[in-house]
Amino acid sequence: LLSVLRNQLHLTGTKYGCGEGQCGACTVLINGAARRSCQMRVASATDADITTIEGLERNGTLHPVQQAFLVEEAFQCGYCTSGMILSATTLLRDHPQPTDQQIIEYMNGNLCRCGTYPRIVAAIRRAAEIQAKGGTSHAG
Amino acid sequence: MPVDEMTERLHWFQLDRREFLKLCGGGLLVRLTGLRSDAQESGRSFSEHALPQEISAWLHIDEEGKTTVFTGKVEIGQNIRTSLAQLVAEELRVPFGFITMVMGDTDLVPWDMGTFGSRSTPTMGPQLRNMAAAARQVLVETAARRWNADPAALKAENGKVTDPKTGQSLSYGEITRGEKLMQTVAADPALTPAIEWKIAGKAIPKVDGRDFVTGKHQYPSDIFRPGMQFGKVLRPAGFHATLVSVDTNAAEKMPGVKVVRDGDFVGVVAPDAWMAEQALAAIQAKWNVPAQTSNQELFDYLRNHPQDGGPSEPHVTGSVEQAMTSAEVKLQQHYTVQYIAHAPLEPRAAVAEWSGDRPTVWTGTQRPFAVRDELAAAFRIPARNVRVIMPDMGSAYGGKHSGECAVEAARLAKAVGKPVKLVWTREEEFTWAYFRPAGWINIRSGANKDGKLIAWEHHNYNSGPSAINTPYDVANQIIQFHPAQSPLRQGSYRGLAATANHFARESHMDELAYAIGIDTLEFRLKNLSDPRLRTVFQAAADRFGWGKQKPVAGRGFGIAGGVEKGGHVATCVEVEVDSANKHVHLLRVVQAWESGAIVNPNGLRNQIEGALVQAIGGALFEAVQFKDGRILNPHFAQYRVPRFRDMPQIDVVLIDRKDLPSAGAGEIGIVGLAPAVSNAIFAATGKRLRDMPMAAGKDLMG
Repeated sequence: LLSVLRNQLHLTGTKYGCGEGQCGACTVLINGAARRSCQMRVASATDADITTIEGLERNGTLHPVQQAFLVEEAFQCGYCTSGMILSATTLLRDHPQPTDQQIIEYMNGNLCRCGTYPRIVAAIRRAAEIQAKGGTSHAG
Repeated sequence: MPVDEMTERLHWFQLDRREFLKLCGGGLLVRLTGLRSDAQESGRSFSEHALPQEISAWLHIDEEGKTTVFTGKVEIGQNIRTSLAQLVAEELRVPFGFITMVMGDTDLVPWDMGTFGSRSTPTMGPQLRNMAAAARQVLVETAARRWNADPAALKAENGKVTDPKTGQSLSYGEITRGEKLMQTVAADPALTPAIEWKIAGKAIPKVDGRDFVTGKHQYPSDIFRPGMQFGKVLRPAGFHATLVSVDTNAAEKMPGVKVVRDGDFVGVVAPDAWMAEQALAAIQAKWNVPAQTSNQELFDYLRNHPQDGGPSEPHVTGSVEQAMTSAEVKLQQHYTVQYIAHAPLEPRAAVAEWSGDRPTVWTGTQRPFAVRDELAAAFRIPARNVRVIMPDMGSAYGGKHSGECAVEAARLAKAVGKPVKLVWTREEEFTWAYFRPAGWINIRSGANKDGKLIAWEHHNYNSGPSAINTPYDVANQIIQFHPAQSPLRQGSYRGLAATANHFARESHMDELAYAIGIDTLEFRLKNLSDPRLRTVFQAAADRFGWGKQKPVAGRGFGIAGGVEKGGHVATCVEVEVDSANKHVHLLRVVQAWESGAIVNPNGLRNQIEGALVQAIGGALFEAVQFKDGRILNPHFAQYRVPRFRDMPQIDVVLIDRKDLPSAGAGEIGIVGLAPAVSNAIFAATGKRLRDMPMAAGKDLMG
């Protein structure tokens, strides 16, 4: 699926990081749940609702998680950011006010080699606040 | 200050640069020349150029007042696209949004050695500030001529020149409209002191931040060209292997696939990435791999295989031998560090496209001009025929100085006459890039019972000379670097050997303090006169509460610090060691940092936090395992890097010295953590760990 997204549909916001489902750079939402696109066959995604990072913004408005990542500047090189944001949207869908343990459980499969984890956690908490205050979640 | 018509041909421009400047139209062009030479280090495996005494940067203000700054530095996540623009906006007196940075395109920007060694802020920063200050002066003088006014009486502010007497005002765009001004700057104009900064020194958000949260930013591996094909390269079965035989028949029969063979280089090109993978898999090759060193005998090997030139000249003061005879406390220990991988999340990637004998290559590199030279050498063409473009990439940490992937992509593209994209797999990146050097470090020391350090001898085998000299006051010293023949390809890495040398030195200082029976912070301060280093030690200790509380059972506190490349750092940590399974938890880190005037506190904090997180990997679990020319753990599943669950509570204390020049901050934040952790583990368990990584796998070593 990753190769089709990137090379045929030119949706390059989804990244190649390892090809083994170990880094999370290729994360997309399949019916609203974070999945590793490098590990998926295209056939298995037929009829599924696939959301990539490009599809998260609606009518020029960033998703609360995108807003929070931007405000917290929760990235350095930004290569992991698409996958981080999509994993975080699934976390907040399942747990609108996540515990530390839930954050680790949902996010531990996403690697940031620049080491911005503390900021990403701060961004997730901020996104939770935005959503709690009525910021729209339109993912998935 | 004379103002010249822009009539002369700019000799360093190639065709595209001239075209580019034509596109710039009129306006003001300022170029900077005659900069001070400043040698840089880039790992010993790569040959270096001397900095040329010519043009180092230029800046163009167009007729709309839009300012474009051209620099050979590149953005790799360290945030200089933002912080350098802040410095320019500050000196030029324009709003931050007026500045656009053009970086790392060898046809558009002046030659630059590369982005490494924490040089962008201390070296390129002042150069760009000089240029901007000179540009402002030209604008003021031009306005003065127009108004018949005294330039000294005019004011430049917010993108405008104003005459306070008459109230007249012209925007920079209005001043440059219809002009073709060129100014060459050689002198150092007066720069705005950091205490007066309004744009620099502020936490301005990353310029293109939105592009990173929307997936819009195009990394090198995202580049697409019309008609582009996909490449793969056949890798040898091990290092230093020779190709015995290869059968490419099956691959050649695949539709649209072309096999490219050039000596031992074998590659494939296909219309899509999947087909290229299939074609590569269909190639049958036999390799002869010679027997080679493994991790098991690594440190003996490094000590017994010196490089031909022998050890470097030792740094010697006083007499260590004599001091050791009188020392009341004596200690000798050795410390080791393993090879580790940079593992940037974006692996090496390149898209190459030829137009006749002129290749253009988009690739991720810290050294676009060095890659241009590599391409020129590989294809025996003049460097001026080669264009390398570096889109802001998915990081590097010192790991992308070289141009292997660019050369390979260009070779494949040349063979098929079409643009070719080549993206290294994670396994290729883990295997065929280069590593941070492993090292064996021996320290012998002597002190008196009152805590006075009197003798210090430090020998580093292979890992490197960065930060090898001690910042402590010791009258008698022998300090020496011993270059070795490395079994693996090695090169630059964030902080270079500063991490290894600090690990050894700061662990040893801790050991010596225990041997004397004195608090480890007190021992350091007793032998330290560098006021900036003392300040960060004190700041870290205060925030941490060093000496104010005792750790609970199973926990320990550790402290370490040092200075290199103008970055002063001290790190305090708290660890917990599970006595049953030896599992080590890093609970809390406080790091104090001072590197002169802060250009962007938010970007700086991000760098320091990131360096700490990266340091956790090398300290606790990262190690490249190898045997007989093969890497045994070339995947994230086997090569463990820090993840969310490894995060301690991190507290960074920034000290802003507006009276001191800004130093680079990308690297040295990494050096304090490993020795602080080692010292904390000792405090918790009584067990001293002298080998990095200290907890390979899950548990403590040994």
